[in-house]
Amino acid sequence: MIVVKGLSKQFKGQTVLNGIDLTVQPGEVVAIIGPSGSGKTTFLRCLNLLETPDAGQIQIGAISIDANRPLGGQQSAIRRLRQQAGFVFQNFNLFPHRTALENVIEGPVIVKKTPRDQAVALGRKLLAKVGLAGKEDAYPRRLSGGQQQRVAIARALAMEPEVILFDEPTSALDPELVGEVLATIRGLAEEKRTMIIVTHEMSFARDVANRVIFFDKGVIVEQGEAKALFAAPKEERTRQFLRKFLGTAASE
Amino acid sequence: MIAESLQLVVDSTPFLLKGAGYTVLLSVGGMFFGLVLGFALALMRLSKILPLDWLARIYVSFFRGTPLLVQLFVIYFGMPQIGIELDPIPASLIGLSLNMAAYICEILRAAISSIDRGQWEAAASIGMTRTQAMRRAILPQALRTALPPLGNSFISLVKDTALAATIQVPELFRQAQLITARTFEVFTMYLAVAVIYWILCSILAHFQNRMEARVNQHDQEH
Repeated sequence: MIVVKGLSKQFKGQTVLNGIDLTVQPGEVVAIIGPSGSGKTTFLRCLNLLETPDAGQIQIGAISIDANRPLGGQQSAIRRLRQQAGFVFQNFNLFPHRTALENVIEGPVIVKKTPRDQAVALGRKLLAKVGLAGKEDAYPRRLSGGQQQRVAIARALAMEPEVILFDEPTSALDPELVGEVLATIRGLAEEKRTMIIVTHEMSFARDVANRVIFFDKGVIVEQGEAKALFAAPKEERTRQFLRKFLGTAASE
Repeated sequence: MIAESLQLVVDSTPFLLKGAGYTVLLSVGGMFFGLVLGFALALMRLSKILPLDWLARIYVSFFRGTPLLVQLFVIYFGMPQIGIELDPIPASLIGLSLNMAAYICEILRAAISSIDRGQWEAAASIGMTRTQAMRRAILPQALRTALPPLGNSFISLVKDTALAATIQVPELFRQAQLITARTFEVFTMYLAVAVIYWILCSILAHFQNRMEARVNQHDQEH
């Protein structure tokens, strides 16, 4: 379970996150939508402390971080929290000097000290799971964007995390490669994995997420059951956003 | 005339090779200690602890901003006045290492800084410590960037070891000076020495190319 309380963040005096509260149940898939600059990506990055919150509390599984206290003394808790919160980046951020398999087993071997042969077996299984059996020895440069992102998903899964955080996982992909990555994430949702997905893919959010959260100006404007929220948003700001978004999507 | 000159070079070969041995010793030693100290300085430059950064900046500024010859003189001729007396070889090795460290610091710092922030984040996101991230993710990539300038610095160092002749180190150039003082065969002797430096540097350049090819291998592999 994930519990976030009062998460706040400022950049140069500007409030990016204004006291966000959020609880995510095990097995729940939460999609976060909202305009650029709404704070949704910052929120996701704060969850595993890639961004430093100014205030608030984050609990993932058994590990809690209290941003109201100095974070310097909580470094080891932060590392344990990150192991519990797999992160999939917009730009994949694979290690370019390591093969697909080496990327996947890096965390288990170096961080969790899993014996190498065990980690390799796990890595092969996970690469097969994301549809990349046979690509174990390929370097990232030789893989398409969609394949790289699927390796990145396998890398996150290899840590056996409580939750996987996706930061616009398909935004950097060519349109024809979006589908394979979304299908992989959809597969994980069917396994009842806890996931928080920041995305611009509205139909994907509607179909795959249990709950959708609309972010704007650093606050949660509205949230609800995914299909209900898209069908009948309550707040005017949500309606505006969806109208604009779905409008442009339709005219494309 | 030519035959005599050649005879002289042949006769001098043992002396020159002994000198070349010291040249290699100073070069390899200077590069090794320069790398160790230079890496430590690069970490200081990248440290969030500002006084460490400043200290490294001042160090680099001083050793890049003063002639190596002057640095060698300070160490060998100057330091005895404050009670530190060093033999020529340790003195020159220290001077060359300190000087190399300044350049290597800047090469490594630039290479490490050039690695995309996303690589640090990816390493952090799987729970790595900063040290693990540096060792496993950042350094292997930074080294690729750093290899060509490091190789160039190494080649410069080989040639700079000739300055150690001025503080009595019997390296290649000094041996040639001693021989010419006896024989007056200046042209042949110094030309022979130049050729030996050239050969040493060519061997280095060859290894540099091979290493770069090896490190870049994963670009070609599939």
